[in-house]
Amino acid sequence: MTTEDYVARIEETCGAEKDFIVIFRYDKKEEVIKKILQKAKKEKAISTIIFELTFQNTSFRLYGTGKAIFRNLKDKNELQKVLSDLLL
Amino acid sequence: MFDPHKIREDFPILKRKINNHPLVYLDNAATSQKPRQVIEAIKNFYENRNANVHRAVHTLSQEASELYEKAHEEVADFINADGIEEIVFVRGTTEAINLVAYSWGLRNLKKGDEVIVSLMEHHSNIVPWEILSKINGFSIKYVGLNDEGGLDYEAYEELITKKTKIACFSHVSNFSGIINDVKRIAKIAHDHGALTLIDGAQSVPHLPTDVRDLDVDFLAFSGHKMLGPTGIGVLYGKRDILENMEPFQGGGEMIREVLFDSITQRCTITWNNLPWKFEAGTPNICDGVGLMEAVKYLRAIGMENVQAHEHVLTEYAMKRMLECRNVEIYGPKDASLKCGIIPFNVEGFSSHDVALFLDNYGIMIRSGFHCTQPLHTIFKLKSSARVSFYIYNTREEVDKFMEALMEIEQI
Repeated sequence: MTTEDYVARIEETCGAEKDFIVIFRYDKKEEVIKKILQKAKKEKAISTIIFELTFQNTSFRLYGTGKAIFRNLKDKNELQKVLSDLLL
Repeated sequence: MFDPHKIREDFPILKRKINNHPLVYLDNAATSQKPRQVIEAIKNFYENRNANVHRAVHTLSQEASELYEKAHEEVADFINADGIEEIVFVRGTTEAINLVAYSWGLRNLKKGDEVIVSLMEHHSNIVPWEILSKINGFSIKYVGLNDEGGLDYEAYEELITKKTKIACFSHVSNFSGIINDVKRIAKIAHDHGALTLIDGAQSVPHLPTDVRDLDVDFLAFSGHKMLGPTGIGVLYGKRDILENMEPFQGGGEMIREVLFDSITQRCTITWNNLPWKFEAGTPNICDGVGLMEAVKYLRAIGMENVQAHEHVLTEYAMKRMLECRNVEIYGPKDASLKCGIIPFNVEGFSSHDVALFLDNYGIMIRSGFHCTQPLHTIFKLKSSARVSFYIYNTREEVDKFMEALMEIEQI
């Protein structure tokens, strides 16, 4: 398995924030959410809509729709590493 | 009588559910949804009328040509242009502005000349002029904004000189929705011997537009923001100006004759009549027909009704948003000064977080720079969220949006 098996698209956000939005594959959505919630530290949650998480000093928000927004990452390579550690 | 609930029945996509919630589409400034009349017109064209235009004597080509020309007529009437000669079909607003920049600007702007652009422009009305200025060496002057985010007309009057050749402004800001006084802009430009190019991408779909009353020289707008298909847009230009301009692109359709001279071993070319002189190659015939249907749809509703409906929704949404402690709205708070666009942020959340949260509830809004990065710099914003309304949006949808927004506030 690779991260591509779980990730449908990665988009760099439009704006000065330079965050990354990761859209997970629809058919893997539940599996992805479960995996991430097992590995990342939950800071806050609002039912199953939104989870505020941290993992390896990276803060991100995971949405029940199977999308996540990662902040303050240097570049896409760093994001790929975090995703790899979270999902594989 | 204008009834958005009845109008919604014409839009198949609005029956969709997203994330188990009925779709609430509030990203109309980016693109609009399409009524079945437009969808059917496109389907019908390919099923029954498809042929190349102006090229053949056969029946199908004649029918396609007639439809394509009628599409130009319908658009001309819609904005009160003086005939189809003033209506050039292009891919969209961006291409229309680039057409003016390269066809008119390349030959008429030189070192020492000035182009005036406002800081509220979409990138599509900034970048072509910046690119061209590096080729031709003219200077660009940027008009700033007043405290409300509106155009600083006094600054514009101070900046414009006899060296100014063209003033390029949006009619309606795609960030704040503020409506600029285009008649005033055009008069100031003309008093100084300059032309005006107006970006009508956010105005033509939402306001009654009369190019003769506004007295603009060029008006650019997109079909897809006014119920039409993507890939079709319009450049309106005053006939005498277009007559004197060289073509934008060369190829078939835009020529009358290409005569080979065996002595000089060169071709002598004469251009086709307006507007075809500016429509090189096989045009986007089908989407032109789709645009015609969109225009017919809007005219049947009445643009005054479109404007009035959006005003009611904008006023209601802003009133409710301003009641939220952590929501900040940018631009004018008086709905009568603007079209149905509301930019905002929620304290503690990036605009993308807000958009992703609303997406959970099937509510589609925009986040980011909206192609207005200079404006975001002025407002000291990293990005912004934006809701934008159209004819099929309802008060109930505003309530759903507000419910979700208030939920974010409580996080």
